[in-house]
Amino acid sequence: MAKINMVQAINLALEQEMAKDPNVIVLGEDVGRDGGVFRVTDGLFTKFGAERVIDTPLAEGAIIGAAIGMAVAGLKPVGEIQFDGFSYLILAQLEGNAARLRARSLGGLTVPMVIRIPYGGGIRALEHHSESREVYFAHTPGVKTVIPSGPRNARALMLAAIRDPDPVIYMEPKRSYRAFREEVPDEEEVMEIGKAQVVQEGTDLTVVAWGAMMHIVKSVVEEVQKARKASIELIDVLTISPLDGNTIANSVKKTGRCVVVQEAVRSYGPASEIIAVINDKALMYLEAPVKRVTNFDVVTPYFGREMMYMPTMGRIKRGIEETLDF
Amino acid sequence: MPITEVGRWTVSHMQILDEQGNVDAELEPKVPREELLKLYRAMVLARELDQRMLKLQRQGRIGTFGPCTGQEAAHCAPTLAMAPNDWFVGAFREMGARLMLGEKPSQVLVYYNGYEEGSTLPESYKRILPINIIVGSQTLHAAGIAYALKYKKENAAAVCYLGDGATSEGDFHEALNFAAVFNVPAVFISQNNQWAISLPRSAQTKSVTLAQKGIAYEMPCLQVDGNDALAMYRATKEALDRARSGGGPTFIEAVTYRLMMHTTADDPTRYRTKEEEEAWWKKDPIPRFRIYLEKKKYWSAKQQTALDAEILAEVEAAVAELETPREYKPDLPFDNVFGTRHEILDEQRAEFLEEIKKDAANG
Repeated sequence: MAKINMVQAINLALEQEMAKDPNVIVLGEDVGRDGGVFRVTDGLFTKFGAERVIDTPLAEGAIIGAAIGMAVAGLKPVGEIQFDGFSYLILAQLEGNAARLRARSLGGLTVPMVIRIPYGGGIRALEHHSESREVYFAHTPGVKTVIPSGPRNARALMLAAIRDPDPVIYMEPKRSYRAFREEVPDEEEVMEIGKAQVVQEGTDLTVVAWGAMMHIVKSVVEEVQKARKASIELIDVLTISPLDGNTIANSVKKTGRCVVVQEAVRSYGPASEIIAVINDKALMYLEAPVKRVTNFDVVTPYFGREMMYMPTMGRIKRGIEETLDF
Repeated sequence: MPITEVGRWTVSHMQILDEQGNVDAELEPKVPREELLKLYRAMVLARELDQRMLKLQRQGRIGTFGPCTGQEAAHCAPTLAMAPNDWFVGAFREMGARLMLGEKPSQVLVYYNGYEEGSTLPESYKRILPINIIVGSQTLHAAGIAYALKYKKENAAAVCYLGDGATSEGDFHEALNFAAVFNVPAVFISQNNQWAISLPRSAQTKSVTLAQKGIAYEMPCLQVDGNDALAMYRATKEALDRARSGGGPTFIEAVTYRLMMHTTADDPTRYRTKEEEEAWWKKDPIPRFRIYLEKKKYWSAKQQTALDAEILAEVEAAVAELETPREYKPDLPFDNVFGTRHEILDEQRAEFLEEIKKDAANG
C-alpha cells in the first residue's frame, strides 16, 4: 500500500497487467523511450522492450486502426492518444470498425482494446488541449467510455478496461493527474465497468459528477454539509457509457433532489442523458428540478479565461444550495 | 557536390498470361492441376453468382451490392497462394476470394439481403474479417494483425485488399507506413479497377502507377496484370514467402477493370463510354484462364459443360436457401453490442420486444 498519484496509479496497472499477460502491449506517440508526454508509460519500455511498448509513427488513426487488428488477432493493445485535441482522428475507426466488429460477425470477432486519452481543462494548456468531449465516444454503441476520478479507481478501472472483451475508451482527467494522492493497494483491485459508485451516502440531495469534477465537488459538498447540516449523497459516474442509470435513479428516489456537475459544455452532454434517465425512472420522486452545473456552449476559451467557464466551486455550491432550498 | 543523387527507384509490371492465353514459360508458376481448377471454379462461380445477384437486386429480392464481374483473377488468385493460417482482410469487391476461402453463396445472399447472419465467419476459415465498406480503413487492421502475427512468432501473414480510390485515403498511407516501419508480414493488394464510382484512375492520383506509392514507404511494390490469374498468383506467392521469412510487407497493384457499375445504385453511362467497357471485355480474365487450362490439357469443353450445370445448380440452391422462410431473431442486435451484460441494454431489449409485439398486434 502506497500513496500515489493518478499517473503512477495508471502506470502501476499497466505494469502489473503487462507482467501478468504477455498479450498486453502498449502503443502510441512517445510512449516508449520517452515514457509518454505525461509519463504515464514511464519505465515500461525498459521493462518490456520495444516490441511491447511501441513508439508509433505520428498518426492517431494508425494507433487505433492497428490496435483493432492486433486485438482481432489475439493481443490486448492499450493505445495512447497524446492529447484530447488529437483524439477526433480516431473517430472514423472507432465508429466504423472497432464498435461494430462484434455485431457484424455475431461475436466471431472481438476487439478487446483500450484507448487512453488524457482530456479536460484546468492545466493552462495550449489550445486543443483542454476539451471534455466524452460524448463523442459515448454516443457509439459497442464502445465503452470510462473516466476515473482518482488514483485508486484509475488503477482498478484500467485493469477492468484491459480485461474487458470490448473496446474501451479510457479518458484521463489530466487536471487530476498529479493533483492529489491516494492509498492504492499493491494487490490488484478491479472495478466493474458499467457501474457508478456511491462514494458518500446521504438523504437530502444527490450530487452526480465524474472525472476532474469529482475532486472539486467533494470539497464543496464537505463545505455545504458543514455549513448547513445537509446530508448529501455523492455519486461518481465512472462509466459514461453504458451508463448506470439505476444507481443514479435509485439515489434520486431516496433524496428527491439532484445536481449534476459536468466539465463539458452544456448541450448534449452526459448531464442531459443523466437527467433524461431521472425523468424516465424517478420523476415523481423529485422535489426540485434537477440542476446542472456545466461549462457553456462556447468554443473553448484559451487558458486565460478557462477557469471562469468551467464549473467553479462557487457555481457548484450555489447549484447545491438552490436545489436544497427549492 | 551540392546536389547528389540519394536514390533511384523503378516499378515493374508483370504479365504471365497474355490476352490470347499465351503463357510466358519462364514465369509460369508451378501450381498443381487441382489447385488451378479450384481457382478456375471459384472464378466461374463468382461470375455466375454476381450476375444472378444483379437480377435479384433488380427484382428487389436482395439489396444494394457492388458487383465484382471482371475482377475475378485479381481477387481470387491471391487466395490460392495463402496458407490456412494467413489472415484475409478484405474491402467489398472480392466475393470470389471469399468463396475461395469457404464462404457459402447463400451466406453472401443473406448479407446482401440485410441480415448480419450473412457476415458471420465461415465454418472452414476463421481468420477472415467481414466486408469493409469504410474505404481504406481495413488496411490498418491488416497492419495490426500482421504486427500481432510477428509478435506471436506465427509463420503467417495478413493479405489485405483495397481499391484504387483507397490509395487516396489517409488510412492507406498510415497503414503502409506502419507496416513498413515495423517490418510486419502483410501483403496489400490494390484492385485498380480504373474507377472509384465516377472518378477515373487518372483523376484519382497524378502518379503514373499506384504501385509506386509503396516506394515512399521503402516497400517492395509491383504492378501486375490483374486479369491474369497466373501473374496475380505468382506476385502474391512471392510477397507471402517474403513476408513469412521476415522480409516485411509488399504492395501489389492489380490492373483490372470494373465491368459493371460501382454498386447497383450507380449508373456508369453517366461517366464512361461503351467503347471503353467493350475494350475491357476483350481482356476478360475468365476465358483467358480457360484457354490456358485447355492448352495444358487440364480442361475440356465437356468439363466446361458439366461445370456450368453444376454452378448453375449451386447458385439456384443458394437462392432457394435465401428464400426459404426462416426466422431472423428480431432482438439479435442486442446480443452483440458487448460481450458483457448491462442493465441499460437488458431494459431496452425488453422494451423493444414489448413494443414490436404491440406493433404486430396493431397490424
